[in-house]
Amino acid sequence: MRRQLPDIPGTTLFDGAQAMKGYALNKMCYSFNSAENREAFLRDEDAYCARYGLNAGQREAVRRRNVLEMIAAGGNVYYLAKLAGILGLDVQDLGAQQTGMTRDAFVAKLAAAGR
Amino acid sequence: MARIVGAITTSHVPAIGRAIARNLHQDAYWKPFFDGFPPVHRWLAQTRPDVAVIFYNDHGLNFFLDKMPTFAIGAAPQYRNADEGWGIPTLPPIPGDPRLSWHLIEALVAGDFDMTTCQEMLVDHAFTIPLALLWPGSGAWPVRTVPVCINTVQYPLPSALRCYRLGQAIGRAIESYPEDLRVVVIGTGGLSHQLDGERAGFINKAFDTEFMQRLPGDPLWATRYSVPELAELTGTQGVELLMWLAARGALGGEAATLHSNYHIPISNTAAGLMLMERRAA
Repeated sequence: MRRQLPDIPGTTLFDGAQAMKGYALNKMCYSFNSAENREAFLRDEDAYCARYGLNAGQREAVRRRNVLEMIAAGGNVYYLAKLAGILGLDVQDLGAQQTGMTRDAFVAKLAAAGR
Repeated sequence: MARIVGAITTSHVPAIGRAIARNLHQDAYWKPFFDGFPPVHRWLAQTRPDVAVIFYNDHGLNFFLDKMPTFAIGAAPQYRNADEGWGIPTLPPIPGDPRLSWHLIEALVAGDFDMTTCQEMLVDHAFTIPLALLWPGSGAWPVRTVPVCINTVQYPLPSALRCYRLGQAIGRAIESYPEDLRVVVIGTGGLSHQLDGERAGFINKAFDTEFMQRLPGDPLWATRYSVPELAELTGTQGVELLMWLAARGALGGEAATLHSNYHIPISNTAAGLMLMERRAA
């Protein structure tokens, strides 16, 4: 039996349902531990996504470089971070994108948490 | 007999690896973080541990969702670091202590902790960055290691109490090891941070502060929370404080803080550091 997880605003806990939904996307991102695979993705993104069997929603989220959509499609941030690395995005860029802030505003928000 | 000389808990943010490689220790952004470490370096120089047992969480280097152990332990003569995909420098292989590993495995499984055992295990930044922070510039690592990996990728995660008790069981097992070894236990990760979702950037200084205050004398305090509650309080990756609880469990008994540091932010994270020793009750 699956335990109901609490509803935390703006948060998706990565449970079994997410892990099943996102398997192909996460498996592709896991492959990016290899430089050769990162190059293959950059050479032909369509072919690379097809090879891992991404569904239409996952493919579109990757095409749009949209992290929230990738999470909705079952992506786990630990694996998605490897895709972000290929795209030259760090975790402040990801934070800015997901919160709809500018990068500067997001960085300022982090600093403000220390005061 | 083997003896636990102390426990160290520290954050393991990947950006630290980059900062070390670029020698940014005195840079204004990094100084409040790196300045926390010299007292720990002096303590390590005095206590000279032979072995570090390191509780950490893999971030998709060694383990994928095809096989995701809740608790895994290394039993290898050495552990290799490898490319994680986003470009921090790879560190040289770290020596293991397979004889101690198997002693721990025997004791843990006998004590109902059914570990996944790994004779090959890639270790990621959560394992290597703390080593680089604690033994900077040493080139050759001065300790042998036993990695203990706790799943924080895929729910359900083990409870805070279960992680604490795993640590206690490892602590007892270390101290039943017949060889005269000085062992430091290390817990890496946290403190509060959240990388994913509209709530990205969440940090909870009040909770972290109380957690660090309670950990030495009242480690069970944090175990009152379920892991999802901890995710709400500390962020989705803040649950890495499970590693701190395991290290504290391994230290055992009554404990005191010898040194601590806390700084916001390092990357998206509230960075914490503690050095604890056992205190006679």
